[in-house]
Amino acid sequence: MTLFRNVVFIAAIAGLVAGVVLACMQAYATVPLILKAEVYEQAGGGHAHDHAAAPIAPAENAMSTTAMSSAAPAEAAAPEDEGWAPADGFERFVFNIAANVVTGIGFALILVAASEFAGGIGNWRQGLFWGLAGFAVFTLAPNLGLPPELPAMPAADLAQRQIWWMATVVATAAGLGLLAFRKSLPLALLAVALIVAPHIVGAPQPDNFESPIPEGLHHQFVVAVTLTNLVFWLVLGAVVGVVRGRLTGTATSLRDSFA
Amino acid sequence: MNTASVSLGASVSSQSRFLQLALAAFLGIFVMGFVGFSHIDAVHNAAHDYRHSMAFPCH
Repeated sequence: MTLFRNVVFIAAIAGLVAGVVLACMQAYATVPLILKAEVYEQAGGGHAHDHAAAPIAPAENAMSTTAMSSAAPAEAAAPEDEGWAPADGFERFVFNIAANVVTGIGFALILVAASEFAGGIGNWRQGLFWGLAGFAVFTLAPNLGLPPELPAMPAADLAQRQIWWMATVVATAAGLGLLAFRKSLPLALLAVALIVAPHIVGAPQPDNFESPIPEGLHHQFVVAVTLTNLVFWLVLGAVVGVVRGRLTGTATSLRDSFA
Repeated sequence: MNTASVSLGASVSSQSRFLQLALAAFLGIFVMGFVGFSHIDAVHNAAHDYRHSMAFPCH
């Protein structure tokens, strides 16, 4: 299991570095906007949740209420009572860093494993391009259909959006992989179809786009999320390239496991 | 002969390679899914700002 161990080692370092970088960028770029949006959310009281729930209700009242009661009764009834949450300020910041590092390592594991199938990321420059691919797969493609949301914004059913998000990521990754590593025209056409298909199917959208969040604030947030994610993926890919280069360059015994 | 034995060795190790890489990718997907997609309230609240900042579907 040397290969597995090496992949985890590289992913842990890259995820740690990129996750800390991302958390710092978020502290300045995205979290202040989320806090601003929460002011609007609180100003609306429970209305934000009512609005989010209401559009589904009229058509299929019985269905949505049963779904509500089984899925999230507390959320629909009282927005304040949502279980444990980190205290605002330092604790919330620390949990945000932790989430960033943990998922950074998760993304890095996926990136390293995928790139090893294609021969591995040789240096930081190759890492940048693998990072760009990750950005396209995990940020650009899903965000076309489901733009980054601020709290209190209207949105379709959570589970459906999550399914669409994951399907889009898988389809885009498969499409990009085919484009990059297969040299036949039919497969290239299939790749384009795979990348386009989720957007033809369409992301689940809310029935009502009425939002207490000002358009300008949301636009700022979309830009901030997109750019912070771009930097995150570039850093992640580059660090993987550097660490992997060190491993394979210094220890000849490890070189075999990447051959 | 030489090429045959090389390809045989490669195919055996490539199966193990595939398993190990798939295991690593699966671990990554699990970690990402747990932090970003879990419906458990405490997990959602702990990673709330992160989920919004990564544009994961939230709420």
